[in-house]
Amino acid sequence: MSLLSTSGLSKEFGGLRAVHDVSFALEEGEVRALIGPNGAGKTTFVGMLCGRIEPSAGTVRFDGTDISRLPAHRRIRAGMAYTFQITSVFARLSCHENVALAVRRRKGNVAKDVPEALRRVGLADRAEQLAGDLSYGHQRLLEIAMGLAQKPRLLILDEPTQGLADSEIEDFVALIRELKAEATILLIEHNMAVVMEVADAITVLNFGEVLAEGAPAEIRANREVQAAYLGTG
Amino acid sequence: MTETAKAVILHLGLIAVLFALQFVLPAYHHGNMARVMVLATYAMGYNLLFGYTGLLSLGHAMFFAAGMYGMALTVRHLGWTPPPALLAGLLSGAVLSALVGALALRTVGVAFMIVTLMFSQAAYLTILYFTTWTRGEEGFVLQQVQRVFWGIDPSDPTTRYFLALLVFATCLMLSLWLVRSGFGKVLIAIRENEDRAQMLGYDIFAHKLGAVVISGTMSATAGAVYALLFGYAGASFAGVQYSILPLLWVLLGGAGTLIGPFIGALFTFYLIDITSGYTSAYMAVVGAVLIALTLFARQGIGGEIRARVWRGLP
Repeated sequence: MSLLSTSGLSKEFGGLRAVHDVSFALEEGEVRALIGPNGAGKTTFVGMLCGRIEPSAGTVRFDGTDISRLPAHRRIRAGMAYTFQITSVFARLSCHENVALAVRRRKGNVAKDVPEALRRVGLADRAEQLAGDLSYGHQRLLEIAMGLAQKPRLLILDEPTQGLADSEIEDFVALIRELKAEATILLIEHNMAVVMEVADAITVLNFGEVLAEGAPAEIRANREVQAAYLGTG
Repeated sequence: MTETAKAVILHLGLIAVLFALQFVLPAYHHGNMARVMVLATYAMGYNLLFGYTGLLSLGHAMFFAAGMYGMALTVRHLGWTPPPALLAGLLSGAVLSALVGALALRTVGVAFMIVTLMFSQAAYLTILYFTTWTRGEEGFVLQQVQRVFWGIDPSDPTTRYFLALLVFATCLMLSLWLVRSGFGKVLIAIRENEDRAQMLGYDIFAHKLGAVVISGTMSATAGAVYALLFGYAGASFAGVQYSILPLLWVLLGGAGTLIGPFIGALFTFYLIDITSGYTSAYMAVVGAVLIALTLFARQGIGGEIRARVWRGLP
């Protein structure tokens, strides 16, 4: 049974079909990349998965139960974690408190789990800094730490490497490899090198529909995908 | 010294200073301080919602008045003694804030401000409508004999001062505990970034409703105690001015700091007290001070202390 699946998931914004009839399944333990040109509906799609956006039609199932009607916070409590495309941290709180908020919600051990999560993203020495004082790249890492600290079954990362330096991207790739053992990961990503390196499978969205799905090598060789990206499709 | 120890010492220190002041203050200021402490309790209630949760209400006078009338009406018409009457005041505030919160929290931002303002005006008009019982604008006095309980006479200045201090100190330490608790930290997280807090799995509505009820009940406590200590209840306390005042005090003293409401209430009280001795245009002076503060100390006095002296100020 899939950890997460959707059937016929659609979203229309006043006549504009942002996502149309997407049926999608994610197996436990896999790293799936969701790619597609700008405006393909990727963020809208994951927004419907985690409850930020109400679908026009279709259902979402998580761990065997229909969660289509659940509000976002209940889905998070069910074991999802979500990092925003546009960095969203508690800017006026310390890094420690940012992560502690994630740990306390699942009644975890703050003294142990917060330093652990910060260490994994390489921010261990910045625990007492205000999140708003961090560089953009570090804020993104902090948000990933907040995701990790929730110990989710499904981690949804919306363009996590955007704005990261090359060396930070390498660390990120290593981190995802390490996380594979603990969580299922759904990754929206523009950086193809990252996608090819970490993803077990890729789903390509184009104009709100699934254009292709398969192993990285297949997707790379797919002519339709190439056309969509080059804009000649 | 840990942050917790520092915080506890600072706030217990303030309580100790207020305790000691009772023995040295001349009679006039002595009476003022009792009033300031009760008003500061009201402001602390307001601050929990505005300063810590980030919700700007323009209708808190209804909660203050709920406490005041819950206490005063039961004494006047039902002949209750102060202890159950105070409890009635607190309960009135809790019930009213739960109802208003459940409805008003369906809105956000400016709409929330307007909805709370409207509810408060409705409460004000309700008090006027039932003038037969409430005596409307004119209000009514609670006689000394009606206010005595357990051999304690709140009309005695020293007793009154200590009762005001007791209530203020209790609410201050409760607030300190609350804002450092897990629940309080979620309120701060909601103030800072509601979206993120929700996507960490927190039920935003439930937390905001909890904040409205705690804030409203603390405001009602101040209202009930005001009626007990000063022996008066009147509709002017439910008016829009009494919704604006706690906002003013909290802004001046420092929103989102625990000592801010007290500093703001004290500062404003004496600013008006002193300037009104010189000119009838004292509100112009208050206005000028407010402008100066917004220009030079945006976060209020407590906020400046946090920014310059101690970042961990709770």
